[in-house]
Amino acid sequence: MQRIGVFICWCGSNIGGVVDVPAVAREAAKFHGVVYSAEYKYMCSEPGQEMIVSAIKEHRLTGVVVASCSPALHELTFRKNIARAGLNPYMLEMANIREQCSWVHQHEPEKATKKAVDLVRRAVAKARKLEPLFESAIPVTKRALIIGGGIAGIQAALDIADAGNEVVIIEREPTIGGKMVLLDKTFPTLDCSACISTPKMVSAAQHPNIKIYTYAEVEEVKGYIGNFSVTIKQKARSVNSKCTGCGTCWAKCPTKNIPNEFDMGMSTRKAIYIPFPQAVPNRPVIDRERCRQFVKGKCGVCKKFCPTDAIDYEQGDEFVTENVGAILAATGYDLIDWTKIYGEYGYGKYPDVITGLHFERMVNASGPTGGKILRPSDGEQPKTIVFIKCVGSRDEAKAREYCSRACCMYTAKHAHQVLEKIPGSQVVIFYIDVRCAGKAYEEFYLKTLHEGAIYTRGRVSKIYPEGDKLIVKGADTLLGRPVEVVADLVVLATAMIPSAGSADVARTVGFTVDKDGFFQEAHPKLRPVETNTGGVFLAGACQGPKDIPDTVAQASGAAAKIIGLLSHSEIAGEPTISSVNEAICSGCLACQGICPYRAIEPKEIVERLPGKQVTRVVASVNSGLCQGCGACTVACRPGALNLKGFTNEQLLSEVDALCQ
Amino acid sequence: MKVAYYPGCEYETNAKDYEASAKIVCKNIGVDLVEIPDWSCCGSTAAHSTDHLLAVSLAARNLALVEKIGFDTVTASCSACYQRLALAQAELAQDKKLLEQVNEITGYDYKATVKVSSILEIIAGVDEENIKAKVTKSMENFRIAPYYGCLLVRPSKVKIDDPENPTIMDRILQTTGAQVVDWSHKTECCGASLSVSNNDIVTAMVSRIIKAANAADANCIVTACALCHLNLDYYQSFVTQTKGALKETPIFYFTQILGLAMGFSKKEMGVEYNITDTAELVKKVV
Repeated sequence: MQRIGVFICWCGSNIGGVVDVPAVAREAAKFHGVVYSAEYKYMCSEPGQEMIVSAIKEHRLTGVVVASCSPALHELTFRKNIARAGLNPYMLEMANIREQCSWVHQHEPEKATKKAVDLVRRAVAKARKLEPLFESAIPVTKRALIIGGGIAGIQAALDIADAGNEVVIIEREPTIGGKMVLLDKTFPTLDCSACISTPKMVSAAQHPNIKIYTYAEVEEVKGYIGNFSVTIKQKARSVNSKCTGCGTCWAKCPTKNIPNEFDMGMSTRKAIYIPFPQAVPNRPVIDRERCRQFVKGKCGVCKKFCPTDAIDYEQGDEFVTENVGAILAATGYDLIDWTKIYGEYGYGKYPDVITGLHFERMVNASGPTGGKILRPSDGEQPKTIVFIKCVGSRDEAKAREYCSRACCMYTAKHAHQVLEKIPGSQVVIFYIDVRCAGKAYEEFYLKTLHEGAIYTRGRVSKIYPEGDKLIVKGADTLLGRPVEVVADLVVLATAMIPSAGSADVARTVGFTVDKDGFFQEAHPKLRPVETNTGGVFLAGACQGPKDIPDTVAQASGAAAKIIGLLSHSEIAGEPTISSVNEAICSGCLACQGICPYRAIEPKEIVERLPGKQVTRVVASVNSGLCQGCGACTVACRPGALNLKGFTNEQLLSEVDALCQ
Repeated sequence: MKVAYYPGCEYETNAKDYEASAKIVCKNIGVDLVEIPDWSCCGSTAAHSTDHLLAVSLAARNLALVEKIGFDTVTASCSACYQRLALAQAELAQDKKLLEQVNEITGYDYKATVKVSSILEIIAGVDEENIKAKVTKSMENFRIAPYYGCLLVRPSKVKIDDPENPTIMDRILQTTGAQVVDWSHKTECCGASLSVSNNDIVTAMVSRIIKAANAADANCIVTACALCHLNLDYYQSFVTQTKGALKETPIFYFTQILGLAMGFSKKEMGVEYNITDTAELVKKVV
């Protein structure tokens, strides 16, 4: 016979302002099995928790019901709390009378009170059926894998490796560095982006604990927290490890004029190339779709000139397996393809309408124009430059609803650079709002404003060419008038979106994405660097648009979490997982196909029946993989599968209690 | 193919040439336009800018007549008529209450089953080879700036093509062998009914459109809208008077181009109704 204690929380006025909490407590005291019922202003506070501990001891409670907020918020708090009083932590059941009651029924207090009573009755009914559960011990492989070698991945790798753990970085491009290494100067300090990121790339490459795969992708992920087995596809580079990076091959390669992706196509590269001079590793790849040796079957120039015999045309894709305890997704962002969406800006037809990233490459001393701002159409220096912010961001009708966060600042920086580099130039910035929330950000914006950038609040409705100029038509909504600017160059601050292929990464590794395709954090405030999948973390713009300071901060945060995980040789496994009653399992394995975590495998068992031994197949649950979703228990026809903590018996008693 | 046809108020007046050429061309490519008996006002500007219910009811009366004579599709050559009918249809199909209210006003039991298509969509729906087969003349000397205006591509629930860069008319015109230029002002505003109240605004807008067409090296502008046609055609002379010289640019309906290509006479196509001089260019149909 269970002795249940019920604790009803006011949550200040959150619950108490709507629900008649004392009445609920009085009702709860009458429920079958309840020996103690109390209410308190803040049950999660120190005195509230103390109240539960002393009630457990005083009334010899065997189970506890807390009626308060969502279990997502405080279930763990109260589990730890009742454990302090000597109860098994899983002898707790929560009734959510805040999110699912007082918050949604704030105009109907009487009905809300009645519903709260029902919810507590349900929780008590379940609490009567609770059984103690015990966590299992899972061994931890003390290595981490990082997907994406941008600034987030590099920063996290260095942090984790410095703490004494091995790190594997996988980068799909031929070099690490990501987007940051493409940028010119970084706001608000105007320090050179490459100058601060390339040393980090080198540190990562030289770190004894860091192993880097470039030109590689994640093929398959098996296992679970502490014990992942990751298959990596090393794409054929056609250049082996004998390469010294001397550069003879790309100097001699006869296939020229291939648009260089790293310069947004504003410069050209050869068929064998390194993306930029500071690439890490300093080892070229052959672009097999363009290379004459591969396209026409003859050339061999690079092989002939290579002094170390490093060129290998026969090299195929290789698959390598790495065992790690934690995975960090840091796949970054891409810019939205505005040319498919914004016909009013010409669908990409006008060469002098470019994106902010084009501008970055152009203004970068190591970029295609050697740092000169020039019109792509005729190579002339522009005098009037228009910047348009929120192209694809904050546009729920045509593109993305969210704010891309970095654009206000980088546009201010671009404006500053134009005014600095082109004497007598004019800069017009069309904006919706100027959002400069960050340390020294507002100051930077004001500086640009005082330098003479003309901020015009309004959207641009049309861009069209007239002669060699671009006519930019828009509105100045502060003046309430249409405006027209005759521009030489237009720069669009395009929306940040999840990088191409990031959905595949999420699927392969096994975690969720949000409505915009960004990786979903476990909790927006309290668990911002974890996914809902144990042992899988995230950092940087793959989780949502962010600038470099925020990315680096999040990367170090994720690294701290991973270091924490890897500091244990064993971790506790969740006990709320499926279990099989082998005696009644028919071995149909309907559950295997339904399990989203590939946690169910067939298993042979030997049974003794009168006079004989029978070997038969039953389902078996891998406790490391099972996430406790319960899908299998629904699929199981004989009812052999049960989710611990949510057994069929417990759920049905809840239904009974609600239907009273 | 038989399609119900809504002529609209301009058919006997300033868009007589559009109406006539559309009917001849459609007939020639096997599209039979059946005029709705007892049709009435579509609910355009005068109505929809003052009273929403009146505008929807006026359109709904015509749609009900289409349903009554057993047609599932109606078309209109005038783009304002198209937009009013299509918008009313979109609203009525979604809003049962509105439909009941409107039926009470019109006295018809409209079920909101009629599909409204612009005449551009109807002709674009005909197999391109069938149109090409009827083309007997070469239009290669026509360098056309196709001009769509606003009504056919806005708002999004009745747009017939991309609002920023529509191409449906471009494709139809290309079947005649004419050169179709890519230009920037395909859907810019022509000034519309401001021509009644504020014609210096219209003059300024028309001036920009024609300049853009000239810059794209077009020798004529082709439209599918009676109002666009009127503004571009009539206000050209005002532009020359007030905004300085402009290259005179004939304005055609797309159906006139199709008709001329199919060998119909300039009289049948009504090109002499134009205010701008079309004769010189029409001579170049070979």
